[in-house]
Amino acid sequence: MAATASPSVERLQTIARTLRTHALRAIAAANSGHPGGSLSAAEIVTALYFGGVLKHDPANPEWPDRDRFILSKGHGVPILYAALGERGYFPVDEIMTLRQVNSRMQGHPVQGMTPGVEASTGSLGQGLSIGIGHAIAGRLDGKHFRTYVLLGDGECQEGQVWEAAMCAGNYELDTLCAIVDYNRYQLDGAVEDIQSLEPMREKFAAFKWNVLETDGHDVQAVLEALHAAHEHRGRPTCIIAHTVKGKGVSFMEHNNEFHGKAPTREQLDVALAQLNGGQESGVGAQGGSG
Amino acid sequence: MTTLSTVRYTPRIGRATREAYGDALLELGRTNRDVVAIDADLAKSTFSWTFGKHFPERFFNIGIQEANMVGIASGLASSGKIPFISSFAAFALCKGFDQLRMGAAYPHLNVKVAGSHGGISIGEDGVSQQSVEDVALACALPGFIVCIPADEVSMNAAVHAAAAHRGPVYLRLGRPKAAIVHEAPLDFAFGRAITVRDGDALTIVANGLLVAQALIAADQLADRGINARVLDMHTVKPIDIDALERASRDTGAFVVAEEHLHHGGLGSVVAAALARTTPAPIEFVDLGDRYAESGKPEDLLRKYGMSADAIIKAADAVLRRR
Repeated sequence: MAATASPSVERLQTIARTLRTHALRAIAAANSGHPGGSLSAAEIVTALYFGGVLKHDPANPEWPDRDRFILSKGHGVPILYAALGERGYFPVDEIMTLRQVNSRMQGHPVQGMTPGVEASTGSLGQGLSIGIGHAIAGRLDGKHFRTYVLLGDGECQEGQVWEAAMCAGNYELDTLCAIVDYNRYQLDGAVEDIQSLEPMREKFAAFKWNVLETDGHDVQAVLEALHAAHEHRGRPTCIIAHTVKGKGVSFMEHNNEFHGKAPTREQLDVALAQLNGGQESGVGAQGGSG
Repeated sequence: MTTLSTVRYTPRIGRATREAYGDALLELGRTNRDVVAIDADLAKSTFSWTFGKHFPERFFNIGIQEANMVGIASGLASSGKIPFISSFAAFALCKGFDQLRMGAAYPHLNVKVAGSHGGISIGEDGVSQQSVEDVALACALPGFIVCIPADEVSMNAAVHAAAAHRGPVYLRLGRPKAAIVHEAPLDFAFGRAITVRDGDALTIVANGLLVAQALIAADQLADRGINARVLDMHTVKPIDIDALERASRDTGAFVVAEEHLHHGGLGSVVAAALARTTPAPIEFVDLGDRYAESGKPEDLLRKYGMSADAIIKAADAVLRRR
């Protein structure tokens, strides 16, 4: 299945809200999970899966020519399950079995268990290296698929990220695109207070990457950055997506209490009302055509 | 008694198993285009360079980045390649362990790990470069095959078996030249021990360099009328439980000899396997619970009790217990 024209920005914004709704409902049902970093990545994941960026085929998840998406910040997996479910990799209702025994919706992504999940992650720092492996395999086979890796900002404190950054830059892997969900918080507090990543742009540039910055909640801007990454030759691209942890729910935004804590039933009701005006919504076939 | 036990073992020095690894990898590369090799700046020590110089487009010396190397292998395997990654065993397993856990074992990917300079017989470089934990670590990775070939013949067979096997494999390679204990062509399969000497008084279970030492020890025991069976237990996981049960019924006593810490290596695996069905007295020849030091390989193996003499002592001890 080839990528097709992107739906309208308004449509993508609606999809992002729907993905947020799925993620929060699943986390609340599990009474466990990571709302903050799921919500901050909603527009990024929406742009990739619904904005005509990823070439993929939900009916054939192992299609050799597919674009790869690796969620290196594995704790954000509810938003990925929401996207995969809406795209038809599995019944969307299955998301509600998140973190339950006998479910394919594991607490962190598991390759080979959940259709569409490309790598087992959750032990931070590993996804970019795995992405390099895919990119090298594509180069060896003369294939033209692209590999996208979504990193957390706190995750970039891991040394392996910079091993991989050095390697991908030197190998000029221009089919590789890293996206940093720069939501400024990690489990124990503000990234800036714990172990600053700055200057982030200069770091990736120094490792020979093409670096772009964008508002990670402006889906149009995210799409433009992804398209620019696609066009860039000779270097991998890093998109630093400035985001807000807990985005879309007033009492979760900038509130690190919801890094790894589920909303209560009452909090969920408020959150859903804010996201959707209390209306249930699904992406449906229309969204799936993007 | 078969004729195996009547032939005295004459040690004949062969190539180091790391050298045999490189040659086998080159053979594989000629027939299988999906084989890719990665090294972390030790390619001339691990002999992955033997492959690399013939197939530069499929060889990646990624520098001193073991964690990244394992992650890349995970991606390559996920996209259909057969990555063979090599480094010193100490670095591949210790520095790449979490990546092996998440990127090879858990998704059960087709990643092959070659850990060179296994054991203390690397010698003069000392403890930081010696690998005495790798077998325990590799065995702790679910689904991994863990194999420590004794000589160039079995290493060649093991590399080809690794490529043919779908799933993660750990191969331990050795630095020093290794005495040849097998003849080519070798009937080799992971998980199937090779009886290199038959006997009925006790069984010596060994792998790596200790197989040759076991054969030397067995000859000396035979001079005293003690006929030892010697099993080359090249595969620690999955262990050949059939061969162990047979040996337990036939001989009733064991010495397990390996170049590794006491905990978590071949000795632990053999003891656990036997305990279930055919318990028998066992003595262990290994490094114990300590690190070694710098020195000539043969001096170290003697000092730290992993030699033919140590095996004979252990045999005498276990026979007293039977």
